[in-house]
Amino acid sequence: MRTPAGHRVYGMGAEYPSAAALYEAAKMVRDAGFKRWDVHSPFPIHGIDEAMGLGKSWLSAVVLAGGISGLLTAILVEFGPSWGLYPLVVHGKPYDWRTVPAFFPIMFELTILFSAFAAFFAVLIMNGLPRPNHPLFNWERFRSVTNDGFFLVIEARDPRFTEIEARELLERSGGQHITIVHED
Amino acid sequence: MDETYTEPQVIKGEAATTVERPLARVPLVLNRRNFRWITERISGVVEQPAPRWWWVCFAITGTIAAFGLFCLGYQISTGIGTWGLNHPVGWAWDITNFVFWIGIGHAGTLISAILYLLRQRWRTSINRSAEAMTLFAVMCAAIFPGVHVGRVWMAWYLAPLPNNWAIWPNFRSPLMWDVFAVSTYFTVSVLFWYTGLIPDLATLRDRATSKIKKFLFGFFACGWRGANRHWRHYEMAYLLLAGLSTPLVLSVHSVVSFDFATSILPTWHTTIFPPYFVAGAIFGGFAMVLTLLIPARAMFKLQDIITPQHIDKMAKIILLTGSFVGYAYTMEFFLAWYSGNAYERFAFWNRVFGPYWWYWWVGMLFCNCLSPQLFWFRWCRRNIFVVYFVCMCVNAGMWFERFIIIVGGLHRDFLPSSWGLFIPTWVDIWTFIGTLGIFTSLFLLFVRFLPMIAMSEVKIVLPEADAHSGTPTEHHPVAPGGKEPT
Repeated sequence: MRTPAGHRVYGMGAEYPSAAALYEAAKMVRDAGFKRWDVHSPFPIHGIDEAMGLGKSWLSAVVLAGGISGLLTAILVEFGPSWGLYPLVVHGKPYDWRTVPAFFPIMFELTILFSAFAAFFAVLIMNGLPRPNHPLFNWERFRSVTNDGFFLVIEARDPRFTEIEARELLERSGGQHITIVHED
Repeated sequence: MDETYTEPQVIKGEAATTVERPLARVPLVLNRRNFRWITERISGVVEQPAPRWWWVCFAITGTIAAFGLFCLGYQISTGIGTWGLNHPVGWAWDITNFVFWIGIGHAGTLISAILYLLRQRWRTSINRSAEAMTLFAVMCAAIFPGVHVGRVWMAWYLAPLPNNWAIWPNFRSPLMWDVFAVSTYFTVSVLFWYTGLIPDLATLRDRATSKIKKFLFGFFACGWRGANRHWRHYEMAYLLLAGLSTPLVLSVHSVVSFDFATSILPTWHTTIFPPYFVAGAIFGGFAMVLTLLIPARAMFKLQDIITPQHIDKMAKIILLTGSFVGYAYTMEFFLAWYSGNAYERFAFWNRVFGPYWWYWWVGMLFCNCLSPQLFWFRWCRRNIFVVYFVCMCVNAGMWFERFIIIVGGLHRDFLPSSWGLFIPTWVDIWTFIGTLGIFTSLFLLFVRFLPMIAMSEVKIVLPEADAHSGTPTEHHPVAPGGKEPT
């Protein structure tokens, strides 16, 4: 789909006066059956995941995997030297499995370290970030999304997307400054 | 800032609770500020030219930091003998400073992680700067054990790396645990801090006027565009990082205390050290948060965001943790008596009446135990000067406490023939003062170049952020920090 000027269309966006208005609009767009759309706000709005029909983020599963790999790394790093590479007798204490309690602190720390890295990289990768450029940045009004603007954008690649239907829906939901956002 | 600028009026807590709503909560952001005001006020600190006081402060702290760096260079190039360490006191100011700085960091993580899990919404005004303080404090802390290894260029021996001597570190040593605990703590704190910064960096990117600012803020904002499909993962990541940081912060000072508790020295060899150290760390850290934020809120006119209510709550935490610390001190004496161990009893008698007696009377008793008790009184918690006085007492007292624990445990050995005292050299003294300069310089740079308050988080605590009942507040064309009709 292209605009009369020849730009490729990314989608159609509307601005809303408040978080509450955006919340109501999200419910209407969800019920209209759109799939490729999103709301943009300066802060996370409580309860809007349900209003958009989104479930719980599964980022936690990635973090669990990170934590387990951290624990296994610590086990390897501690038992490898202690059991085979460099058995070290300190205070006449054993270096076999009976020394495990003394290994707990490092196991704990590496579990946390790897989990935190997993959380950090997972949030970037799952969100497709870093992405310095995006069609939405072509929309001048959209800049206030990091200040006090509330936006709802329906993408053109949504199978249900037609210009007329999207505009009608955004208008009905109370959207202002309804704009076609182009990709280039 | 335009000519219509006026001093902000800080509404007293009670003013918001009216006769009709006697139980209404005092708002966390005063004077009915809206989203745009918050953005402009906090971004303004970064965007406007540095005020003159900033340059004066930075010149002073930068000079002190330079002295510190010179001392470090001198110590590294000459040797560990430039410090006053000798038999029997082999650990003194260096490890005292290490524990002091690490402890200060703990308040930042408590605010950002534990208060987040406990849904304490007032934390949003202070968490960003407290986390920055954590990072800078841990950097200062890391300097001391780092250079104390003597040959700094061989510090990589601490890491379990394969080498051609086939030597591995002793993983059963508390000092090794410390290496892992502190480096993990620093890394996780950086990740948590940066994750929280991303939406605010996007705000600065969207407001940037110069090309270089646009590029730098744009680069570090990672292209954030406030999408809810992003917020969903972001909030989960933030929650999990908070959940991970909570046991981490408790573990770090516990592990630091193991450095002492696993030895067999009287006064060190005790099981109460982990909780005692953690409580002391949070106690000292909150004092440092207030030490930094009380001037910062006044100088940048942030009284509507960091309100008397916030200071009141932090003072209550200082009272709580200070009382924990006082209890721990008391239990130490009780256990020394109850143990019947002559060395243990002597060591504690020596703490109070020995050569370092005034460290105990002034530092531990007056500064740490008695001065926070003023916070039982509301008037004291609401009076900035009293709060600042107590915080200064606690800052000093917590340093004395670590000195007493470390040097107090060492200077009277089991045999009187091995007794000695610790005399700091000028390098000892200036290295410590230098880290104070490094810490404050880094904090000054932080408030100039990054948003010192988490804008996206403070916006959540405004009433209009609630999607179910909120109505937007009108934007009044008032200069940031200006008085607004309420």
